[in-house]
Amino acid sequence: MEDRKRRGHPMKYNWNWGVFWEASPEGTGTYGELLIAGLGWTIVTALCAWILALAIGTTVGVMRTLPSKWANILAACWVELFRNIPILVQLFVWFYVVPELLPKAWGTAIKQMPNAAFVTAVVGLGFATSARVAEQVRAGIQSLPAGQAMAASALGLTLPQAYRHVLLPRAFRVVLPPLTSEFLNLIKNTSVGLTIGLLELTARARSMQEYSAQVFEAFTAATLLYLLLNVVVVSAVRALERRVAIPGQVGT
Amino acid sequence: MRFLTLALVAVACVAAPARSDELTGTLKKIKETGIITLGYRESSVPFSYLDDKQQPVGFALDICRKIVDAVKTELKLEKLDVKLNPVTSATRIPLLANGTVDLECGSTTNNLDRQKQVAYTNTHFLTATRLVTKKSANIKSLDDLKGKTIVSTAGTTNIKQMNELNTAKKLGMTILSGKDHAESFLMVETDRAVAFAMDDILLASLVASSKDPAAFEISKDALSPAEPYGIMLPKNDPAFKKVADEATAAFYKSDGPALFKKWFQQPIPPKGLNLNFALSPQLEKMLSSPKDSPDPAAY
Amino acid sequence: MGGFDFDVIQRSLPYLFYEGMAFTLQLTLIATLGGVALGTVLALMRLSGQGALAGFANAYTTLFRSLPLVLVIFWCYFLLPYIGAWLTGADRPIKVGAFNSTVITFTLFEAAFFAEIMRAGIQSIPRGQAAAGYALGLTYSQVMGRIVLPQAFRNMLPVLLTQTIVLFQDTSLVYVISLTDFLGAASKIAQRDGRLVEMYVFAALVYFVISFALSQLVRTLQARFAVKR
Repeated sequence: MEDRKRRGHPMKYNWNWGVFWEASPEGTGTYGELLIAGLGWTIVTALCAWILALAIGTTVGVMRTLPSKWANILAACWVELFRNIPILVQLFVWFYVVPELLPKAWGTAIKQMPNAAFVTAVVGLGFATSARVAEQVRAGIQSLPAGQAMAASALGLTLPQAYRHVLLPRAFRVVLPPLTSEFLNLIKNTSVGLTIGLLELTARARSMQEYSAQVFEAFTAATLLYLLLNVVVVSAVRALERRVAIPGQVGT
Repeated sequence: MRFLTLALVAVACVAAPARSDELTGTLKKIKETGIITLGYRESSVPFSYLDDKQQPVGFALDICRKIVDAVKTELKLEKLDVKLNPVTSATRIPLLANGTVDLECGSTTNNLDRQKQVAYTNTHFLTATRLVTKKSANIKSLDDLKGKTIVSTAGTTNIKQMNELNTAKKLGMTILSGKDHAESFLMVETDRAVAFAMDDILLASLVASSKDPAAFEISKDALSPAEPYGIMLPKNDPAFKKVADEATAAFYKSDGPALFKKWFQQPIPPKGLNLNFALSPQLEKMLSSPKDSPDPAAY
Repeated sequence: MGGFDFDVIQRSLPYLFYEGMAFTLQLTLIATLGGVALGTVLALMRLSGQGALAGFANAYTTLFRSLPLVLVIFWCYFLLPYIGAWLTGADRPIKVGAFNSTVITFTLFEAAFFAEIMRAGIQSIPRGQAAAGYALGLTYSQVMGRIVLPQAFRNMLPVLLTQTIVLFQDTSLVYVISLTDFLGAASKIAQRDGRLVEMYVFAALVYFVISFALSQLVRTLQARFAVKR
């Protein structure tokens, strides 16, 4: 019976949870450390891309609410362009296409940057996310009562001043929850960076699987780390929400 | 997992006495389903790659088809459907282990590490790690790679060797990983990496089929001894391995040199390229006395 | 690069569309139907008021919404055969196959998102309607099947379609396991012929045209529904 069990099930999996404490062949530490380093890249990439996305997204979102027709059209095109192309395809365009279209010396310089994958991922993810941020910012501004903008101009504020001191601070509080889910999406989307060589968490889990052949241990650990990251971000945003809440406002 | 084991044992206890035939493992599965699935690579020229109609062809696939014929005879099947499933260096071992593919027909180095998860039939090639660079980059030795970006394919023994060399010799190289050999080669072609570390035969094929073969050179010095390639099959499945071993041994002895000629010394798809690769005495010996050892010294 | 080579695109059109796009569209369609069905069940569980069911549905949606799709694709491709063996009590991993594996992956993954949409849809139906149904002696399944869900679907149609566009774009991620979807087909040609610029620009254009057209359609639908309400 024992013999049959062993022979009859040729593809049984060999579990080894101790693998995280074994040295990885990259010589930089254990498999566990390999994954933690990957988590680090995931966080750094997501944060850098988020700053870019917020900056561009706010600008484009504001442009969509301006009285100027051209600003509107331009901003709408931006949003549609980045929203309707899969993120993976956008990354490939940034990685494989854009450097070829630049003057040769520039293209080569970009391609030989030591962190080309990281920079490309930040730019690609940042631009793609900016379209989504822009839509949220626009929705936030448009959700404010029209009287707010009027009151601001009645007080003698210029248009930029009205946005800076009245509209945007309020709009951001309104859209904090949807922006949070965009940030969580961005964290998840950093994993697409593995296709251009970004060594983030999923990529590390995959390479751990390749080296050690412990596929389930590697992916389970990555899964737990993503869940943990999610919980941390959600709690941090809750704390932020409480801090910036305007007393007396509903739903904050 | 314990639950799974228990379930397996329970099923085995109930099912085992009921079956009259003594088939086990993969053979049993193939008999029941009438399907065998071959894993193929997309750009391991000339072992396993896509031709101009995007159909997998190659030296290793021809060998696999012989194994399929032997399985069909062994199981006395009238019809055996052959399904083809693409694999990459990174997915081939898990997909073999989980039964998505039954045979992996490609250019997989046979080593002891991997034998913890999979088994190999008789070796079908021997190759060493070398570097391909652009001539214009003027890379003569490993030292020229200090601080540079190099690439290898994810999930290969080569990338592992490069990582070890990088640490041992403190070269400070950035090592990128390509999804498959075509993608890795592309990194060198488009100047994203200065060198691609890979099995020399694959490098030779990639260079030969590139747009400008004269622009590249392959390093003279090998970074590893000549290691054996084998077709992977599920571990702990002696009946299936026996069929594969007998089929390949007989085939290598009778038609090995002819098959070698077909893929290494004659025009091959998709572009009618001829690799002009000589059959070395070492390879000749490998074909005339087939073995499945992972040890380079055995050949 | 030597100029933009339209010829390579033209030569590979049959392969790109009959193989690649066919795979992409099949996967999108099946996973949408499966995802909406499973998502609706999850939404009903979530709203059932029964601790265990609601807890499971909640855990399910939270789990899948916290994980990157790329990771889930790897998980399923490698793990499903073992789960299949465990479920059926077979003595070896069940052969799932690449296409089935991706269909299951996307159905399971997108169901978490469809569930949230359906939950909002169901909650948008005034409680009085269900109460009226029960008062008329209808059972739970009759109330849901004939009163609540049809309206929830109709109200949520634009959002469901928007999620389908997201799903359509997400299918490109099967690239990571080397399957030939539209992007996979384009990148195989790109690498074989050294025509990266042409193929990736063309792929981006095709995805853009399809997604943009669909999102305009959704907008039209939305406008029409807005008038009705």
